[in-house]
Amino acid sequence: MSARRVVVYWTAFSVILALLIVAPLVLPEFWRRFLTEILIWGLLAMSSDILIGYVGMVSFGHSAFFGLGMYGAAAALLLVKPPDLWLAILYGLIAAAGVAAFVAYFATRLRDIYFAITTLIFSQIFYVIIFTWTEVTGGENGLTFSRPALAIPGLFSVPFTSETLHWFVLAVVTASYLALRRITQSPFGMVLQSIRENEARTRAIGYPIERYKIAAVMLSGLFAGLAGVLYAIQNRFAAPDFVFFLISGEVVIFNVIGGIGTLVGPIVGAAFFLLLREGFSRFFTEYYLIPVGLIFIAMVIFMPQGLLGFMRRWLNQ
Amino acid sequence: MEPLVKVEDIHTYYGKSHTLHGVSLEVGRGEVVGLLGRNGVGKSTTLKAIMGIVRPSQGDVLFEGRPITHLPTHRLARLGIGYVPEDRRVFRLLTVMENLRTGLDRHGVTDARKKQLLEKVYNYFPVLAERRNQAGGTLSGGEQQMLAIARAMMLEPKIVLLDEPTEGLMPRMVSQIRQIIDVLHREGAAILLVEQNVPLTLEASQRIYIMEKGVVRHHAVASELRVSDAVIHQYLGV
Amino acid sequence: MGIPLEQLLQAIPLEQLLIQTVNGIVTGMILALVASGLTLIFGIMDVVNFAHGELFMLGAYVGVITLAATGNFWVALIVATLTIALLGAAIYVTTLRPLLGRDPLTTILATFGISLVLQNYALWQFGPVARKIQEPFTGHFTLFYLDYPWYRLVIALLSAAIIGALWLFLKFGTYGIWIRATTQDRVMAQAMGIPVPSVLTVVFAIGAGLAAASGVLFGPLVGVNHAMGLDWVLKAFIVVVVGGMGNLGGSIAASIFIGLLESYASLWVSPAQAVIVSFVVLILTLLFRPTGLFVPTPK
Repeated sequence: MSARRVVVYWTAFSVILALLIVAPLVLPEFWRRFLTEILIWGLLAMSSDILIGYVGMVSFGHSAFFGLGMYGAAAALLLVKPPDLWLAILYGLIAAAGVAAFVAYFATRLRDIYFAITTLIFSQIFYVIIFTWTEVTGGENGLTFSRPALAIPGLFSVPFTSETLHWFVLAVVTASYLALRRITQSPFGMVLQSIRENEARTRAIGYPIERYKIAAVMLSGLFAGLAGVLYAIQNRFAAPDFVFFLISGEVVIFNVIGGIGTLVGPIVGAAFFLLLREGFSRFFTEYYLIPVGLIFIAMVIFMPQGLLGFMRRWLNQ
Repeated sequence: MEPLVKVEDIHTYYGKSHTLHGVSLEVGRGEVVGLLGRNGVGKSTTLKAIMGIVRPSQGDVLFEGRPITHLPTHRLARLGIGYVPEDRRVFRLLTVMENLRTGLDRHGVTDARKKQLLEKVYNYFPVLAERRNQAGGTLSGGEQQMLAIARAMMLEPKIVLLDEPTEGLMPRMVSQIRQIIDVLHREGAAILLVEQNVPLTLEASQRIYIMEKGVVRHHAVASELRVSDAVIHQYLGV
Repeated sequence: MGIPLEQLLQAIPLEQLLIQTVNGIVTGMILALVASGLTLIFGIMDVVNFAHGELFMLGAYVGVITLAATGNFWVALIVATLTIALLGAAIYVTTLRPLLGRDPLTTILATFGISLVLQNYALWQFGPVARKIQEPFTGHFTLFYLDYPWYRLVIALLSAAIIGALWLFLKFGTYGIWIRATTQDRVMAQAMGIPVPSVLTVVFAIGAGLAAASGVLFGPLVGVNHAMGLDWVLKAFIVVVVGGMGNLGGSIAASIFIGLLESYASLWVSPAQAVIVSFVVLILTLLFRPTGLFVPTPK
């Protein structure tokens, strides 16, 4: 990146970060939570971008990673007293990793639409299991639990307030973004992108495609699971609805609206969609998804590169 | 007398690659015109541009004096342009009869005329009559080539775009193709023949264009060219 | 599961097994009707129509309204089929045709968006409470120890008849040839003068009409509500993949297969869990015979 671009990029980054840090102090409670949720969904969408935007594999399975992360965290928070934040994160990540391993296996065997459908089916399998295994997962009603404290064992323990939770989420999402950005710009990331451009050629050059795909899916799944953990902590419940494939569909919508292959685009896409939904729900009360859906369709047809698509090259190098 | 088909300075792109750099040629009514050149110079692309399968980003294609550059392919077929692609592309899962019907079942063709056309084609290609209820994909290479040409003839075309009809065929079949080209010519159709087989093309055509790297480099009356000529060697020699 | 298979099977009375077989075939036939539209559309234009379930659902609703207005089930069936076919044509022309040359991902997204819009439209217009379509005739016959409704048999027969008519249409007749030619090689079909753009529209309309007809036929068996399409979309996709994408005969065989499997599975588990069976079949198919279970192995 040219020196000037670097400066512009990091300046913009800092400004936005600063705004997000200050936001909970000035926003009313509802919007504070809303902003936190945008960040969480943004993280989920960003994880999905690794697959869709960088490797070129469309996955409808992110609801499975997200949901398992959520339920994993729920398990930690319900089984271990007192509820421990880091344990919740650990359990959630392990659960998500488990599913990711499954999906990773299929990623190497299936292409394009077959992969997409299979991941969708996976989400549904987990949905059905969670929905019907009432003794363990709470079935239809899900699980409720209390929020853990922000604690470093031995040092301090402070219950989360709305603001501190927001900052925690912001810290996690920012760190995730920076990490993913580092990864996608690394040689590893370059290989992923060349797989997207031309898989056959990349294989011919000698790269073990399968291993890269597996790594990409695991990476994507872990961050999606992390988003699930954050969601569980914020909202204090886990429900099967989040594993339903429609959630995956929404995530893909965020990706496309925001611009695939940009990492930050999906976050913008999530914000755009959620704000639109919120805004329309005030005017149209119940059937706000109709205009939102129509706008989405129009964007797919006329603006397929997404809101930030034009910045894709700029953002990536 | 204006030419039947006139290609004026067309440029085409395949992704970022500039495939035709300003090709111009013309074919008169009932004329057999050959288009020669090495592999990859853009001969097939030129045919596809005429047929609307590839859209020129610049330049025009005129048919009977009127621009057809941006008309959809199926309209061009109805106007009277027949296309016989490289690798034949018969409908593999349709029977021979059904393949022919794709061209035969048109507006404004009486049943009597359809019968006539069908009989004519079965006369020229008795093998097709034999195999009329067999699936296109089960025919041999040479038979598929005949089917592809017969199918185009069902359109009663004013011009037939023939893309490498002898490719991959045995010598016996090659001479059959030669005869078919004569038949088409006698029927009054113009032919734009893309070929790698130089002797055949020189024999069958009235005029020749030679292409290189996406442009037409040479234009001559066929009878004035010999296989041994320097020009041929320059653009087609191995 | 340490119980040997024979013991399991012995525990189920033969009659119950046979009834489940009949049930399986009935569901399978409806599934076949829904899937045939989906596979036709995929075969000819490589579009994975996510909104197919919503066309099914809207067909059922149009059926409800027409039935209320005319009191005649068969009129409702025809009106629903035609209306939704037109809707399908409109959707294709406005939303899918502009996307034809592009990345297949975009059509999945577009149809997903359409399904969202249609679902919520139905919710808006008809509310969340399920409606009922009255079957055209009640009446049972004795199937072993059950009073089995005639209507279920009629659905199966009618679905078979419609699919049969579809097959005949495709096999004979000029338009059928046009459709098949376009499915095999769109460019050459155009080069033969076939008006491919309108053929694509017509096929999409036919697919939509088939989905709508299934919705009306199936309506009396379940409640008609805005979410009824979701289930069917998934099942139909599974059927289309297992049967071989674009393969009409294959998807019919696959429908019956899946219908039977789920029927038998529901002897042991709840219907909600029985769907996992079809999921597993799909995954196995994709792993070992990705072109479809009911297609001859490609060379």
